[in-house]
Amino acid sequence: MLTRLGPLLTVVLLTGPVAFGLAGTVLPAFGFLPALGGTTLTLDHLRALLAQPAIWTSAAISLATGLASTLLSIAIVMLFVAGWAGTRLFARLQHLVSPLLSLPHAAAAFALAFLIAPSGMLARLASPWLTGWQRPPDLLIVHDPMGLSMMAGLVAKEVPFLLLMVLAALPQVPLAQTRMLAASMGYGRVAGFLGGLWPAVYRQIRLPVFAVIAFATSVVDVAVILGPTRPAPLAVRLVEWMNDPNLAMRHLASAGALLQLAVTALALALWVGLERAGRALCILAVEGGLRMRRDAAVRGMALGAMVLSAGAVFAGLATLALWSFAGLWQFPDALPATFTLKSWIRVLPRIADPLLTTLAAGFLSTLIAGLLSVLCLMREEETGRRPGPALMLLYLPLLVPQVAFVFGLQLFLIYTGTLATMPALVLSHLVFVMPYAYLALKDPWHAFDRRFDRLAAGFGKQRWQRLFLVRLPMMTRAILTMGAIGFAVSVGLYLPTVLVGAGRLTTITSEAVALASGGDRRVVGVYAFWQMLLPMLGFAVATLVPALIFRRFRDMQV
Amino acid sequence: MEGLFLDGVRIALGGRLLVSLTRHVPPGAVLTVMGPSGAGKSSLLAYLGGFLDPAFTACGRALVDGVEITALPAEERHVGILFQDPLLFPHMSVAGNLMFALPESVKGRAERRRRAEAALCGVGMAGLGGRDPATLSGGQKARVALARVLVSEPRMLLLDEPFSKLDTQLRQQMRQLVFSKARESGLPVLLVTHDMADARAAGGEIVKIGA
Repeated sequence: MLTRLGPLLTVVLLTGPVAFGLAGTVLPAFGFLPALGGTTLTLDHLRALLAQPAIWTSAAISLATGLASTLLSIAIVMLFVAGWAGTRLFARLQHLVSPLLSLPHAAAAFALAFLIAPSGMLARLASPWLTGWQRPPDLLIVHDPMGLSMMAGLVAKEVPFLLLMVLAALPQVPLAQTRMLAASMGYGRVAGFLGGLWPAVYRQIRLPVFAVIAFATSVVDVAVILGPTRPAPLAVRLVEWMNDPNLAMRHLASAGALLQLAVTALALALWVGLERAGRALCILAVEGGLRMRRDAAVRGMALGAMVLSAGAVFAGLATLALWSFAGLWQFPDALPATFTLKSWIRVLPRIADPLLTTLAAGFLSTLIAGLLSVLCLMREEETGRRPGPALMLLYLPLLVPQVAFVFGLQLFLIYTGTLATMPALVLSHLVFVMPYAYLALKDPWHAFDRRFDRLAAGFGKQRWQRLFLVRLPMMTRAILTMGAIGFAVSVGLYLPTVLVGAGRLTTITSEAVALASGGDRRVVGVYAFWQMLLPMLGFAVATLVPALIFRRFRDMQV
Repeated sequence: MEGLFLDGVRIALGGRLLVSLTRHVPPGAVLTVMGPSGAGKSSLLAYLGGFLDPAFTACGRALVDGVEITALPAEERHVGILFQDPLLFPHMSVAGNLMFALPESVKGRAERRRRAEAALCGVGMAGLGGRDPATLSGGQKARVALARVLVSEPRMLLLDEPFSKLDTQLRQQMRQLVFSKARESGLPVLLVTHDMADARAAGGEIVKIGA
């Protein structure tokens, strides 16, 4: 039976690359790399790693920026939901923030950079009337050694992600009733929510939070665009070593990946400690009956932080768009003196290939992920079992730092001669698209009224007829939304694209990040614009196509 | 044997026996099964329809006109079901719903369309084939659902409290329409309900389970 293959294939496709990849990273770290003549185990490469200048600083930056950005993001989301969930304002902001989820990390980072850089939009708007600057000040705002702007970039992307995860968990808790109950006992909104509902909500979003930590402690693209450079965060240095023409550097890079694994593991362990402390504080507050009736300031701050993080990205994106059409644009003018299509025309010949690769990799990986998700969900229904521990496997590629296993995967691809081929790129994207595709399809799939299926069976329709003539058409919108999410994930993938594409297969995102150091703002503007546009197109298709196909049927319009 | 024959049907959940039934329902007759919720009414329907959850265990067999339907996969049983809700496919027109249910042996688009229109006419819905089901009233939807199940040429009918969501007046009409259509077509009917008025209108034997 085909559905039996679904879960099996999914497990193999998700765990295979991670397992092989980890092996391909760990073994060379200890000197085992037969292709380069390494057949004995040694600690030399680890020693060489620790002898690298400022290696501990790099590791510390990764750990601190990852943990701090996650902590800040979760605090903003938690207090915002606690203070505002159920209000009209909440619903409005939710619609404002959700589109940011589909924005690639790199595009958000560029947006922020274009906003806050010394010659960025903020400085222009404030100059010279406020600052007196006639030329961009010599300040290290972007790439600051503390990693503050990098953290801001991460927060801007993690807040929408965590907010959406919380929104998905909220319907499962009795929000309105608990709010009334807590209010009747004299609790403020925030205290009532945190004491009465947050533990149940947090339990649901715990794995996504872990995924955020794993990502933030090992991020490369945001770090390249916004992060410190002397020294750079660990993951950035690893990729540099990996791309070194001297193949012997692979051992060093692998040893570094091992350190990256340890850093992420330590971050997760520290986070579990923070969870414990948070729980203890929560119990103290609840048992102490802390009412916090006057929480307007806290609510205001949470709202302000939410608006700021979303608003900054939108303002940055607008700036990016301006730059891509800008002719002459001197500091401190707030607007370009002239507008031109020159940058777009200039970039056109070399953007075609990456654009095609982006579309192909995104479409194919999403298609496969969608098929596998449907097969898995069908199998779940057949057996009547929900996957318990198997769901952890789904999160595996999101919980292991990308660098730690994509390195090894690259080695495996070199061995099999498949590096920089389309199938390899699609496979590497699939590993990351699959979890999101499954999670996006799971709830709508279970929400489908199975009596429709029984009716159709009573009419003598075979299983596949029922699937293709009844269930899938009725779920068109959910399936296309899943597709848009999967496609957006694929478009945003940086590291797997760089390592598996090996510079020969490039996507919009890998090209955009490569341009970051070049500093041609107009060209970066064009690439970042495409990065923003492609996921948006996916969601536009997901909204418009079902509305068009089913325009005659009212119950198919939502 | 003509009609539906339930031959020693026993359904249990976790060792607890829910249903134990041997009955004969002649063509056109109705067997009404009554009982409180959780008594196993819906598991009996699922058993006959071929959708019993693996958590249940069932033994015995059910035959319609001598064919052991419980030995067949769901899609070969040709058991027509009417649920509480009309459950018209929202992505097909009214006629599309009927043509979807029509057996594949009816060939030719024109002929299939003609059969669908005739079935609509039979439930007093002539000429509404082109409509979007979402634009129909509750009573009209119920009629289309009935026409749809009849046009699929089932061996028997399963009725899962099909009148409970209709208002009183409509309920009376639909009862008469459904039972007269079943008699006309000579279909054995199994009705599950907890409304005594349904049982009386059905006029057949009443079995109480789980009491």
